[in-house]
Amino acid sequence: MDVELLEIRDHMGRFPPFDGISDDLLDAAAEQVEIRYFKAGTDILLLNAPIHELCYIRSGAVEIYRRGGDLYNRLSEGDIFGHFGLLRSHQVRFPARALEDSLIYFIPEAVFNRLCDEDESFADFVEAEGSRLKSTVEQQHKENDMMITRVRKLLTRSPVMLTADETVQTAAQRMSEESVSSVLVLERPEHLPERVFTDANGHSHSLVGILTDRDFRTRVLAQGLPPDTRIGDVISPKPITLQSDASVYEAMLSMLRNNIHHLPILKRRRPVGVLHLSDIIRYETHSSLYLVNNIFNHQSVKGLGHLSADVRAAFVRMVNEGANSHMVGQALSTIGRSFTRRLLELAEEQLGPPPVPYAFMAMGSMARNEQTVLSDQDNALVLDDGYDPEQHGDYFRAMAKFVCDGLAICGYTYCKGGIMATNPKWCQPLSVWKRYFSEWIMHPNAERLLNSSIFFDLDAVHGEEHFVEQLQDLVATKASQHPKFLAAMARNALLRTPPLGFFRTFVMEKDGKHNNSINLKRRGTAPMIDLIRIHALACGSRAQNSFERLNDISETALLAPGISDRIRYALEFISMVRIRHQVIDLQEDREPDNNIEPENVSDTERHNLKEAFQVLSSAQKFLKFRYPMSGR
Amino acid sequence: MTKNAISWSEYYAARAAEVQDSALQHFFAHGCPEPDTPIQDIPMVALDMETTGLDSHRHAIVSVGIQPFTLDRIRLSERRYWVLRPPRPLSSKSITFHRITHSEIAEAPDFNDILDELLNQLTGHIPVVHFANIERPFLDSAIKDRRGEGLRCPMIDTMAIEARFERRGWRTLWSRLVGRQPSSIRLHDSRNRYGLPVYQAHHALTDALATAELFQAQVATHFSPDTPISEFWG
Repeated sequence: MDVELLEIRDHMGRFPPFDGISDDLLDAAAEQVEIRYFKAGTDILLLNAPIHELCYIRSGAVEIYRRGGDLYNRLSEGDIFGHFGLLRSHQVRFPARALEDSLIYFIPEAVFNRLCDEDESFADFVEAEGSRLKSTVEQQHKENDMMITRVRKLLTRSPVMLTADETVQTAAQRMSEESVSSVLVLERPEHLPERVFTDANGHSHSLVGILTDRDFRTRVLAQGLPPDTRIGDVISPKPITLQSDASVYEAMLSMLRNNIHHLPILKRRRPVGVLHLSDIIRYETHSSLYLVNNIFNHQSVKGLGHLSADVRAAFVRMVNEGANSHMVGQALSTIGRSFTRRLLELAEEQLGPPPVPYAFMAMGSMARNEQTVLSDQDNALVLDDGYDPEQHGDYFRAMAKFVCDGLAICGYTYCKGGIMATNPKWCQPLSVWKRYFSEWIMHPNAERLLNSSIFFDLDAVHGEEHFVEQLQDLVATKASQHPKFLAAMARNALLRTPPLGFFRTFVMEKDGKHNNSINLKRRGTAPMIDLIRIHALACGSRAQNSFERLNDISETALLAPGISDRIRYALEFISMVRIRHQVIDLQEDREPDNNIEPENVSDTERHNLKEAFQVLSSAQKFLKFRYPMSGR
Repeated sequence: MTKNAISWSEYYAARAAEVQDSALQHFFAHGCPEPDTPIQDIPMVALDMETTGLDSHRHAIVSVGIQPFTLDRIRLSERRYWVLRPPRPLSSKSITFHRITHSEIAEAPDFNDILDELLNQLTGHIPVVHFANIERPFLDSAIKDRRGEGLRCPMIDTMAIEARFERRGWRTLWSRLVGRQPSSIRLHDSRNRYGLPVYQAHHALTDALATAELFQAQVATHFSPDTPISEFWG
């Protein structure tokens, strides 16, 4: 490489997308650069003019406009523009003007095409909006080990299997000989036809249960049963199983969800092993399973409070090891639910059994399984209709106070809007709750809904789950029938908008103003979640998680093809930036928050964030058009 | 050359009729733009030479960089750069200064070997230099040495343009009165005033490129694309 070109080549090589291309391609690009100086205020690209070059800012700053004249972006040193027009019609789609005196490098079309042809990452970068985000998100996904490692990799031996007619003593002897903590229990095939498999000797059996160390204590000794008891009489039927090609992550979730420590693994219907909790922990040392286990072992609120440091540590490890936002959200929500459940158990121990059945309901991020390390509590109590305030009020007031105070001690701050079980308004019998929801949906009022949109993410945490399911049913069936309700929700969802992007060390707003930092929750994830919720309600989805809602939405024709995927990638990307910045805060001993400062955002992250904001902005525009404010 | 006596195109025509050397003949026969031609229509070539000293009779040219350009574009693919073997030995001081090594020079051509190509590149272009008092006499005397005939042509001097805007008016007078240093019009400092990036100096081609960018910036700042070439050349 000629020394005189080094200046140009080295500069380009520092910025995306050139930072990722090979040296040969970089040389070839630098070799063909054409240069021109533009005085501040002069036009660089005019709308609809032919374009056959990619533009690169060597120094100065450039403003990009929309067709209509609105500011679209503000770019600085190392940024590129003109690729939209170059890729599509060879006409300028976004005109550009020098904001400061600028030196622009032009890369001729032939070179640009060669870069696109020979370097996939370059092509992805300059391709149409959305696809770059997609490849980034997919890349992150691929790098996540726990998601792709299959459970069969964790199995170390084939399962020990006995028939249901043998005695528990035989089982105990076999388990000691083989040093295993569980055996699988088989029956003759006709016993359970849907679980029939053929073993290596050609015999058919069906898997009917699992017998574990713990069962000997709880189901045999504690019950005073003799050693010659038939195995089949003490097992719990129809064990929860998992396929051998499921991911380790799925295995972990299954154990968490069902609170079990042994998970039989099947290949089709044939048992190939038993996965134990410790196998996952060995593999996945940072496991949040440990934490959940710990939560259920603590006997006092104070003890639970000490675990909040562990929650943060688990969060940091999980993110550093490549978990995506969906996994982080699931794990942290599971932890949050476990705290809540344990606190309810402790409350019941202290206050005695509840006088009437109840369900403890989570709202907001916990209901969506999208908690982060910074979550406040949003909860409520749904009581049986036999509830009598005179007789039972004291009990549930005490329970609510115990749980909410306990959650605060465990690091879940009180809800500023008072959406907590301690608020008498949100501690009501099921019939009152049904009235609340019907009222919100059938007589919508945007101002009032502003404070209640959080109720439309709802899930049971403890107690009578069917109370909450009835409410979910009500919402799923009624919401879609009431366009005025959807319109009122849509109006509120448009109150928070994303910024335009970044410019040097500032966040740039649509009016061209600058800010020093951005709240990624308020300006990114929250408005995205809001609009996903509305589409989900409109299509009658019962899902609470935003990604699952998107799955349901994409089954319908509500959004144009591909749009729900773009929203998914954008949400995933913004969520991950937010999570990663919280990890940085924690690692640097700062209190984590939702703000990010542009100087801490890498170049690639900037480009992707800008694109994600763009997706959000377009999705909001569509929302406005889809749910118009009729009759207001 | 006084402007009222004879125009550059008349001078070119006269030289074309009398020169013997074919490359020079070609250069002059191509002609020179009329003085009222707008600068945006002028093909130019930024030229920089690194020399062993300031005296064209005693010192030699070490390297030559040229970068053809217009107001609209500087095309890097058209750049040319030559390291030359000087007839006089190189002092170690100028070696470190110009970052050229002895071995590079040992294999290098003589100025005569590249002259046809250099003249060919200059033909039809107005040279743009930073401080014409180096390039103009060195070019003239080097060609005269090899071909017996000299080269005179109009040149645009970005340093002279810079001096026009930086060293005039009441501010300069005031500065002089209070004994303040006048602002520097060296290539690097001049570029700085237009927000142009810092390049590593003292490489003939990098400096030629830097000069081309500076001239674009000067025209964008102080003139218009329609300004006639006569405003610039000397």
